[in-house]
Amino acid sequence: MSKFKKKKSGEIPAVNTASLPDIVFMLLFFFMVVTVLRDSQLLVQQKLPKGDQVEKLKKDRSVFIYAGKPGAGYEKFGKEAKIQIGDKFTDVSNIKFALEELRRKLRPELQDKVMVALKVDEETNTGLVTDIKQELRDLNLLKLIYITTPGNQLDN
Amino acid sequence: MARRASPEVNAGSMADIAFLLLIFFLVTTTIEKDKGIARQLPPKIEDTPDVIIKQKNLFIVNVNKHDQLLVEEELMDLKDLRQAAIEFIDNGGAPSGSPEFCNFCKGKRSPESSDNPDKAVISVQNDRLTSYKMYIAVQNELVAAYNFLRDRESERLYGWKYTQMKKAIDEGDITDEKRVESIQEKLQTVQDLIPLKLSEAEPKKSGS
Repeated sequence: MSKFKKKKSGEIPAVNTASLPDIVFMLLFFFMVVTVLRDSQLLVQQKLPKGDQVEKLKKDRSVFIYAGKPGAGYEKFGKEAKIQIGDKFTDVSNIKFALEELRRKLRPELQDKVMVALKVDEETNTGLVTDIKQELRDLNLLKLIYITTPGNQLDN
Repeated sequence: MARRASPEVNAGSMADIAFLLLIFFLVTTTIEKDKGIARQLPPKIEDTPDVIIKQKNLFIVNVNKHDQLLVEEELMDLKDLRQAAIEFIDNGGAPSGSPEFCNFCKGKRSPESSDNPDKAVISVQNDRLTSYKMYIAVQNELVAAYNFLRDRESERLYGWKYTQMKKAIDEGDITDEKRVESIQEKLQTVQDLIPLKLSEAEPKKSGS
């Protein structure tokens, strides 16, 4: 009965790798979809404070303001906390123009619902944040979100 | 003449190319995880009318430049702030029978503290040199106090937690539109029951 010849035992069959590209492509597409290329380079130190009573940020309708001490590689700008909008440092008096510029880049139907996301380093003084808030009130941009990292300050 | 079979394209290196791309995207990916404490700023109005708030309806939180807390004229640790704020909002001091009577409050009903959650105002005052870390921590604790009470009331009224339901809606976990609408109405009811009344005084000059 040679039709049902027994296979020679002892030989390990090679693993079929034909589906490997499919798997890799699947992963590739996943990462392509979730990737957001960083749009502005950070010039300031960013260690965000912790908070747990948080809401999600709606990214398509928000403009970012960063603040903190100049980060690594930018020490020449001094040790005082600074404000960054877009990818350059801004003065408090200049916030209006910088924000207006950013706002124009948003989708037109969302421009009235802008939310300002404040990413401020935890070692900054509140005074600077207050100055920013006063400017925002002048601009009538009243929705604001303090970006935090998950956690609670109490259980350090 | 025999037809020549077209030669197979060698797809062996496809995996390598895909890997290369995969590694590139892996490295450049930053998965968006921005979350934070949302706040509404008061609009800028010239000559605001003076609103008189009774002393007992006001809960004053003072933070100095050394990040120390002074709550209602007493030194307090950050960890006790949440409970103190809950007790203040939930006090329900208005006498029963009066229009301001709070029928769901479970507090001490002390006449020296707030009348009802609608009247209760928490006022935060910072020094200009207060660290942002402390500022956020205080805000976080106060929002937590409100969320605690909203959770309690929504559980009593509807059987679910306010914060959980709000999160589910924000993240689009509930797809049925009618349901979303009815839930949003209920969320609004709870918000009206316990409105978030946080006032921020303009910070004093440092040291004063």
